Amino acid sequence: MAIYWSLLVVLALLAITAPLALLFGFGAASAARSSIAPLRWFGKTYIALVRGVPDIAFFLFFVIALDQGIEYLRHKALCPAWDQPIRQGNDFVVCQAAKMPLGNAPQWVHETYGFTLAVLTFAIVFGAFAANVLFGAMRAVPRAQLETAEAYGMSPRQTFRRVLVPQMWVYALPGLGNLWMVLIKATPLLFLLGVEDIVYWARELGGTKTPRFTDYPHGDWRMWYFLALLVFYLIFTRISELVLDRVMRRLTLGQATTGGEAQRNAA
Amino acid sequence: MSCLQTIQDYGLRAVGYGERLLPRNDFTLCEQFTLIGSGMIWNIYFGVTALLLGFFLATALGVGKASPKRWIRKPAEWFIFIFRGSPLFIQFFFGYFLFLTLKSQYAFFDPFTAAWLGALIVLFCNTSAYAGEIFYGALQSIPKGDVEAADAYGLSGWARFRRVIWPTMLRLAWPAYTNEAIFLFHATTLVFFSGFPAWQQRGDALYYANYFADKTFNPFIPYPILAGYFIILTLVVISIFGLINGRLNRHLPQERKSRLGLRMQIIR
Repeated sequence: MAIYWSLLVVLALLAITAPLALLFGFGAASAARSSIAPLRWFGKTYIALVRGVPDIAFFLFFVIALDQGIEYLRHKALCPAWDQPIRQGNDFVVCQAAKMPLGNAPQWVHETYGFTLAVLTFAIVFGAFAANVLFGAMRAVPRAQLETAEAYGMSPRQTFRRVLVPQMWVYALPGLGNLWMVLIKATPLLFLLGVEDIVYWARELGGTKTPRFTDYPHGDWRMWYFLALLVFYLIFTRISELVLDRVMRRLTLGQATTGGEAQRNAA
Repeated sequence: MSCLQTIQDYGLRAVGYGERLLPRNDFTLCEQFTLIGSGMIWNIYFGVTALLLGFFLATALGVGKASPKRWIRKPAEWFIFIFRGSPLFIQFFFGYFLFLTLKSQYAFFDPFTAAWLGALIVLFCNTSAYAGEIFYGALQSIPKGDVEAADAYGLSGWARFRRVIWPTMLRLAWPAYTNEAIFLFHATTLVFFSGFPAWQQRGDALYYANYFADKTFNPFIPYPILAGYFIILTLVVISIFGLINGRLNRHLPQERKSRLGLRMQIIR
């Protein structure tokens, strides 16, 4: 049963992470082309850093770092009377009230908290990739369009909102589609973040079972479980590919790009 | 203990030389730098070997996918689809358990369950599929004039492929192929997290970084060290591929030489 539940977990992760990463990416891309220098530096560093380092290192890093960061902030807020250092040698010590989640919280709170951390981590990493795509898309919008908007007396803000953002999506879609495929293929890494996802259950259920512990004894079936996962992902990516193709066809309809031109010629 | 001593003890720890036991407490910065650096040996080994071997299969796959013959095209298409359409992480798991099952039947598969061979095979197939798709795309965009010119010179078959099509394909594919190489190196960090056991704690860079983070419960030191190593590795890969790119394009006028525009793509 649990393995079907964990499939839902994977789908939920995708459904929550995709918009969140897009939001992060949009923020970072806007920051990277901001006229305020520190904001620009921040945006560019974020994009460059996340892309230069293996993402799995980030997954392992952020889960602990976020956890400790949250506990540290709660510790500062909730226990001002605490006078011992937080890092004692190899231990990270905060007061009981600052533990996150609280030590006496029920199991589902722990699981949800772990899942939330995972979502946040995915959003941070994939936000950088999305930022890169969106940054490129913003630059791909013809310069003349922006100049026209300025000539009409729009402020930079208005130009951004009314001209740049609506036009950039066509240019961003191929990149974002690619990113979506990559995001699908990154979901098994949830396993490394400590969430009990399909990889975890495939390992658990597939392992050798003796008649003493279960009604359905079998040998080492992990290979077949992973084969099934492989097929599941293949089908999933294939479907996404087909859907993205259709969306792209719809969006390029009547656009002043080579794709749109080709459609006009074909018709 | 001086840092030099630490480097002597742990510098080659990842391949099994030097001190047997990993440091257990009072971790110094030097120890972390040395051990994570020694783990990089594995990352470089996997990356370089898979890339070199994969290049040949990738060329075959790219040409195969573009072939008009159905019985050549279909297998190439399926190979590329399977390895590009599924997560590398799952491929590692599946590969490991496949080899484990085979091993229980035939003793021949004994070394395949070790990371140095088993994971290498998975990485090899994976990178071949990705690079094969890149080469296929490049083959599709070879200027028609080039091929016609080759025909006009009386080149055909193997000679035409060897002297005209193949070099042009490489030239067109090179920026994307560089990108693929970078991400292959990043992907090598997955090996020891996916079933393949790190025998006698001989792991790759991320394995050791994770070890330190677990022991000290402080992610802020080992992971940035790892990040630093990988950024250096990425820069080295970019400069080597840039040199090859320069050589591939040496016949073009200087200004038109495409600077290796790196459009980073992501993981698998």
